[in-house]
Amino acid sequence: MSDIEERTRKIVVEHLGVEEDKVTENASFIDDLGADSLDTVELVMAFEEEFGIEIPDDAAETIQTFGDAVKFIKEAA
Amino acid sequence: MFDLTGKSALVTGASGGIGAAIARVLHDAGAAVALSGTRVEPLDALAGELGERAHVVPCNLSDQAAVAELPKQAAEAMGAVDILVNNAGITRDNLFMRMSDAEWDDVIQVNLRSAMVLSRAVMRGMMKARWGRIVNVSSIVGTTGNPGQANYAASKAGLVGMSKSLAYEVASRGITVNCVAPGFITTAMTDKLTDDQKSAILSQVPAGRMGEPGEIAAAVLYLASPEAAYVTGTTLHVNGGMAMI
Repeated sequence: MSDIEERTRKIVVEHLGVEEDKVTENASFIDDLGADSLDTVELVMAFEEEFGIEIPDDAAETIQTFGDAVKFIKEAA
Repeated sequence: MFDLTGKSALVTGASGGIGAAIARVLHDAGAAVALSGTRVEPLDALAGELGERAHVVPCNLSDQAAVAELPKQAAEAMGAVDILVNNAGITRDNLFMRMSDAEWDDVIQVNLRSAMVLSRAVMRGMMKARWGRIVNVSSIVGTTGNPGQANYAASKAGLVGMSKSLAYEVASRGITVNCVAPGFITTAMTDKLTDDQKSAILSQVPAGRMGEPGEIAAAVLYLASPEAAYVTGTTLHVNGGMAMI
């Protein structure tokens, strides 16, 4: 398991208050992890800070699942 | 009550009568204040009077690039923006049939668009802090309308709709968004009225007098305070009973 994946999972677990084993690659933030639309905005903000990257709004919209987030961050970081 | 120690407030239009009064009461309650306005001299004078915890951040809100920079300057000066008071407002009165596109756009830009841009910019910090207060200074004419002020009234009604929508979105994060709607207050803006206009207005005000800037500031202080945590999306009318809505 990569460091980026682990750090990303930690943010999701802390922010959404979900069990770590629920945060799987295909887990949808909204459908599976109980996030509302504002939570997804906050997650993107947290990712930006943790990894020192910019996630533009149009890219943020494509980040639906945990796997999407990890993939985007790996490419951007 | 209404202790703002440790909070930081950005007040636009702080060179005007109402804005200066708002900055003064927030500062008196313990907040650091960033004073914004187009005219630097009155801002410097006010900052000098307030002493510590007062910062001058000049900004012409009709300049879109300057509006985008303002929240950063305020955050640099104070460390954060916990309280945003969108008070700045201009008028470009004209009969509707004669109103130019520029008169419309100028008023919407300063009164409404800048409030949106500033609110959006401070939202990230407020969301992280799980605490924030936005108070937008609307106007009675946003509710009642006023001949010659279609642009101004639209901007002030727009603030109310914007505030309610934003209030919905961020209420769960400890952030409140409210409006204060002044009636006729003694300021430079109302000094321009003729005596006849003033007496016509006063005949419509049950309190029988104009309001004072400090009476608007007191309403802003309440909405900015921790005590008003459960008040959001509302408009507090301060108008001497002129319109009971």
